[in-house]
Amino acid sequence: MSTKNIMIVGVGGQGSLLASKVLGRVLLSQGYDVKVSEVHGMSQRGGSVVTYVRYGEKVYSPLIDKGEADLIVSFEQLEAARWLPYLRKDGQIVTSTQQIDPMPVVTGKAVYPDGLIEKMRAAGAKVDALDCVTLAKEAGSTKAVNVVLLGRLSHYFDLDEAVWQEALTALVPPKFLELNRKAFALGRNA
Amino acid sequence: MKKLLLGNVAAARGLYEAGCTFASSYPGTPSTEITEEAAKFDEIYCEWAPNEKVAMEAAFGASLSGARSFCGMKHVGLNVAADPLFTISYTGVNGGMVIAVADDPGMHSSQNEQDSRHYAKAAKLPMLEPSDSAEALQFVKEAYEMSERFDAPVFIKMCTRVAHSQSLVETGERVVPALRPYEKNIAKYVMMPGNAIKRHPVVEERTRKLIAFAEETPLNRTEEGTDHSIGIITSSTSYQYVKEVFGDRYPVLKLGMVWPLPEKKILDFAAAVEKLIVVEELDPFIEEHCRSLGLKPAGKDIFPLEGEFSQNLVAEKLGLSPVSGPALGEAVPPRPPVMCAGCPHRGLFYTLTKNKCTVLGDIGCYTLGAVAPLSAIEMTACMGASVSAIHGFNKVRGEESEGRTVAVIGDSTFMHSGMTGLANIAYNQSNSTVIILDNSITGMTGHQQNPTTGYNIKGDPAGKIDLESLCRAMGIRRVRVVDPYDLAACDQAVKEELAANESSVIISRRPCALLKYVKHKPPLKVDTDKCVGCKSCMKIGCPAISMKNGKARVDETLCVGCGVCRQLCRVGAFSGEEKEG
Repeated sequence: MSTKNIMIVGVGGQGSLLASKVLGRVLLSQGYDVKVSEVHGMSQRGGSVVTYVRYGEKVYSPLIDKGEADLIVSFEQLEAARWLPYLRKDGQIVTSTQQIDPMPVVTGKAVYPDGLIEKMRAAGAKVDALDCVTLAKEAGSTKAVNVVLLGRLSHYFDLDEAVWQEALTALVPPKFLELNRKAFALGRNA
Repeated sequence: MKKLLLGNVAAARGLYEAGCTFASSYPGTPSTEITEEAAKFDEIYCEWAPNEKVAMEAAFGASLSGARSFCGMKHVGLNVAADPLFTISYTGVNGGMVIAVADDPGMHSSQNEQDSRHYAKAAKLPMLEPSDSAEALQFVKEAYEMSERFDAPVFIKMCTRVAHSQSLVETGERVVPALRPYEKNIAKYVMMPGNAIKRHPVVEERTRKLIAFAEETPLNRTEEGTDHSIGIITSSTSYQYVKEVFGDRYPVLKLGMVWPLPEKKILDFAAAVEKLIVVEELDPFIEEHCRSLGLKPAGKDIFPLEGEFSQNLVAEKLGLSPVSGPALGEAVPPRPPVMCAGCPHRGLFYTLTKNKCTVLGDIGCYTLGAVAPLSAIEMTACMGASVSAIHGFNKVRGEESEGRTVAVIGDSTFMHSGMTGLANIAYNQSNSTVIILDNSITGMTGHQQNPTTGYNIKGDPAGKIDLESLCRAMGIRRVRVVDPYDLAACDQAVKEELAANESSVIISRRPCALLKYVKHKPPLKVDTDKCVGCKSCMKIGCPAISMKNGKARVDETLCVGCGVCRQLCRVGAFSGEEKEG
């Protein structure tokens, strides 16, 4: 098979590292060659962050470039729009509908664009938009947005749910496991 | 069993398997996790040193003592450690010594884009450059063998995309060589002129032996291709991009050892292809070596000197048309990094902006104090420069600047190289105001302990340096502590210390809001009936506050209830507890 590309994008601090860890573990368990490229340091501080996950028979580059992503998973609408040029033709976007104003919007130097989901669809992307914050609250904590999104992402894989549950169990601290299982299910079945 | 490991974690695994027993480092993105992960092995003594020079000297001492030792740092950290580096190249080692240095092309988290390979050449030391996690592990083990065989510290050069990418790794068993005997050897280890003069030819002879090694080692390998119209010499992640684009089409000379470089191997490779191309990030290091051999490769005439490469960039520069994706048809506002909601630095920077201070800054999260709307910091160069530079700044401008200029530096950065600057202020008597932003952790690199926190790398109790006593011992009489969540107290402290007729240190103390032990208050709420939309609360640049329909709004997923915004509200529109408890 050719290499498949998934991008996880969001705002620094939203928990994308856990999402990429779970995804990496799931793909590894399926026997793929996998590369995951993360961002640490300065840009984590509330900036735009991106994690690249690539899998296939043999993966060389750790990066995903413009026009290459099969799936973009986004924690925030503006971030989905920012990385849209990285989507391949017929690629799928899975996004939380959350909006977080970046500092240039807060200070009035820029405006948060309206109707981003419709605009992305108009640009040719398939968009699955989901109110992950509300679902995470329902699961017990707004911090579980990442696992709600993971649940939604799992919907696009032809894999048994047990595979995902195994990865969650291995990577989430036991005391948060029940909450995260619930968040995963809410995302998967939304 | 194969594991998916971060490049840095794989390097740490390499330390473990190679029998390393001592590691001393200073954190720096993208190098930090090597030492953090090594510390999870009880068999390796690990520590955070106050700076990279100390770390390298400590690792050298461990090597001298007979153990396999390690120190790790980011590219700019190697500038700090350059002093021991050039001379331990002369003394050589006893137990194997490995130095990891991590470059940051694209400057994801750095103040410059320097190319560390120049240090290997300048200090005449071998440097290995892995291109993925499996090589990171394997090369660290190889580096220890080389270090002991050639009597030299050996570099492992990482870069962001190797350090912070996970790929598959086959792990092995740990093998610990016996501690080597320590023998007194003044001629080898005391580098005074009479001895060093005799060591220099040893270094040059070592380089000749290393060149011969570079010709033979499988670290440098030729991968055959079907089309010999082009041959590509490359290393590190650039190798991955080349293979991603061209697969097995063109022959590739993949260099795992980037200093010293082979000669015959490169000439033979060049002779078998029509056109030679060097693909390398940052400086034309391999390219210039090829030119010194009389070759005329393409390289930096096509590829940029700046930034990171990618598969699309390699494709485009080598004549293929890159793919592109859907376009939104309008500009998307940028999202630069910002100080976190509840960041204790925010209140202090607000105070400095309000008092129209000239702020000389330093390296850490608080460099974000230069970003709008606070826009407080006017200079940032390197670790410790704020404290040294304010002295020169004030000496030249005198009273005019003494009354409004401050240096700001974090607790970890102050221990790293701010102390010596303060010694200069105390000794040479400038009237300077230094603010130590003590958030009780090394923040930017992801929460490492430091000499002021009272805990070691494993989180166990350790020695604790008291900042107040330290500053007083240096001769600074005016030392005071403020809580940066209390804007009135900050304002008073800054005004009084700037007005004072002698140097002072203000310690702005409150733990980083992201620390696990820090208890957060419930998010604040805005009473929209009271809010008049004056935007006073927006002056602090808190990411949790925005304006919606002319009223302030608090994002409950971000707000940690620090209450700084409430102190700015003249109409009492923010709900929540009135007073810090």
